[in-house]
Amino acid sequence: MVDRVGAPEFANWSCPLPLKDYPTIVMGHGGGGKLGNELVEHLFLPAFRNPELENLGDAAVLDAGSGRLAMSTDSFVVQPLFFPGGSIGALAVNGTVNDLAVTGAVPKFLSASFILEEGFALRQLAAVVQAMAAAAAAAGVRIVTGDTKVVERGHGDGCYINTAGVGVLRPGIQVGPQRARPGDAVLVSGTVGDHGMAIMSVREGLEFESQIRSDCAALNGMIGDVLDAAGDAVHAMRDPTRGGLASTLNEIAQASGVGVEMDEGSLPVRAEVQSACELLGLDPVYVANEGKAVFFVAAEAANRVLEVLRAHPLGREAASIGRVTEQHPRMLVARTAMGANRVIPTQIGEQLPRIC
Amino acid sequence: MKYLTEFRDGEIARRIAREIHQTATRPWKIMEVCGGQTHSILRNGIDQMLPPGVEMIHGPGCPVCVTPLELIDRALAIAAQPGVIFCSFGDMLRVPGTEGDLFQVKGRGGDVRVVYSPLDAVEIAAKNPERQVVFFGVGFETTAPANAMSVHLAKRRGLRNFSLLVSHVLVPPAIEAILQAPENKVQGFLAAGHVCSVMGYWEYPPLAEKYGIPIVVTGFEPLDLLDGIRRAVKQLEEGRHEVENAYERVVSFEGNRAAQKLLAEVFEVTDRTWRGIGVIPKSGWRLNDAYREFDAEERFHLSGIRTEESPLCHSGAVLRGAIRPAECPAFGKECTPRHPLGATMVSSEGACAAYYNYGRFLSAEQLASAGRGLSGAAHG
Repeated sequence: MVDRVGAPEFANWSCPLPLKDYPTIVMGHGGGGKLGNELVEHLFLPAFRNPELENLGDAAVLDAGSGRLAMSTDSFVVQPLFFPGGSIGALAVNGTVNDLAVTGAVPKFLSASFILEEGFALRQLAAVVQAMAAAAAAAGVRIVTGDTKVVERGHGDGCYINTAGVGVLRPGIQVGPQRARPGDAVLVSGTVGDHGMAIMSVREGLEFESQIRSDCAALNGMIGDVLDAAGDAVHAMRDPTRGGLASTLNEIAQASGVGVEMDEGSLPVRAEVQSACELLGLDPVYVANEGKAVFFVAAEAANRVLEVLRAHPLGREAASIGRVTEQHPRMLVARTAMGANRVIPTQIGEQLPRIC
Repeated sequence: MKYLTEFRDGEIARRIAREIHQTATRPWKIMEVCGGQTHSILRNGIDQMLPPGVEMIHGPGCPVCVTPLELIDRALAIAAQPGVIFCSFGDMLRVPGTEGDLFQVKGRGGDVRVVYSPLDAVEIAAKNPERQVVFFGVGFETTAPANAMSVHLAKRRGLRNFSLLVSHVLVPPAIEAILQAPENKVQGFLAAGHVCSVMGYWEYPPLAEKYGIPIVVTGFEPLDLLDGIRRAVKQLEEGRHEVENAYERVVSFEGNRAAQKLLAEVFEVTDRTWRGIGVIPKSGWRLNDAYREFDAEERFHLSGIRTEESPLCHSGAVLRGAIRPAECPAFGKECTPRHPLGATMVSSEGACAAYYNYGRFLSAEQLASAGRGLSGAAHG
């Protein structure tokens, strides 16, 4: 599966020679000794190189300038590790970057912790690390500290990654899930359900042929453009990851004590995502995204924000999908194509594929 | 999307709804048999588009809901055994047995796997000859052909480690049981389109004749459902009781002959217990003598299974159409999708879950305010 989606050859890695002695992760790589140092020296450092990391101290020393800090952490356990449109490495960087960005912070520094399973191919680790380095460069953040632990074979799933991130809040920023108000327009930066269905399409036991690619991307640039253009008119932002758009809209409805109305017909969904969802009995509003943001903005700023979104490469398919209302507080209600209404609740667990 | 968007057109839907409003002169109670239809009616708000007197009663056609508790308990017991790989469709995993569900068995170390086809379970059996692989074969006539094919292939390939825990149920005997019940209120049926795509609809004319009820073979998209309801209402208003096919793009009178032949090769008719309803004679299929060795109940001799239904749960009355989900005293209180007491709250096709999820627990006033006068628009 890894080969199919083009994980790079380890031989192409910048400094592979000493690592070639051990083509797979052994317990010693997590032992704090020579093997572990080799990983740092020949793999992590060349990939992530920056002044903060190069000190190789017990902690990175950072100059974050002035202002309030935002901090976030997330762990990544996705399978398969490489999928159409992304990888666990890209997710681990973008996920934390996006959590900071939707808080109104400019993401600056990340940590990266790896929990590796004994026997995990170094070639694959190199590919994961390379994907992280590329994602960090694209997002304009630096990976400044990290850790590696190795668990015995059978006690992990190849590779788990935790990242934590620090960002500096934009001065005067006033966004939060509790700030949505009646009258706000609800905007989404593009098609929903791409990431979850891309993963589904390559998951073992369910491979289906499709062109669906994960939307995995760092949103800080696009969100920065929106905040530059609309400032205070942006009341709330979220990236609808696990649980999908429905969970995000419900969370904001509940946090703000308002109702959210969604026009089902205006929801951007790729035809192939919709088709795959129909086949499997899933609803795209519950399927995860990794490169989308939802904005609650004052009605008069909605068109301006849409223009800014559509001018950004990640927001070309942005759409206005609904509004905030005083009615049905704390609930998300969709207007169906038939003109009727239905409540869209928060999902309890994972969506379960139906029998028929 | 071809074959999808054209059956979800709001304009045409409102036109058909108007026609139903013009046709209906008195109240009618129509049952949609299939849980997939219940789901679609509530998801799209079709019920809100109908005249006040035309009431949809939700039938027992959710396979997850009617699978008897005893069989769920057997599944839990088999799945917990070491050396077993227990394969199931996804939505059976959260159905509560007497003690826990398949998710909990998985959490305790049982090898429980979600598959999308019983044929995947056959492949798993071929790859794991040292393990016993069991597929949980529930469902109506719709899922039966694939389940039949799984044992057919397992036999042909000599896979002695594959078996089927089977509880197939059949639609026509259920319709007849509903019509024979003294409390019956149903005056017309929407037959389940996908069941008919396999079986055809040759079984229905005798039922329509004997009980004097219209039966309309109906699909699942909003326009399919509205068209089925329109035809049923028209028949009722005109005093007719015929079998009509409103799902011609999928269903023929004979059905899928190849599938029926395979079903006859593998299964035999048997009495079945329907959860919440009780035993309905000749209402199910089990593996016949030629395939008995692939029956998981034969392979795993289970004893000491004691089943106990929640005394609070009225899912049987819901499945018979005797009460609406919100009329159950436990609905939305002790029983929610997070803590389901009965299967009708678990499955996305279950009437209770559909009511809960689509906000049908709201009062009429709350719904009307959610709709901002929308019912008028839909009916207009």
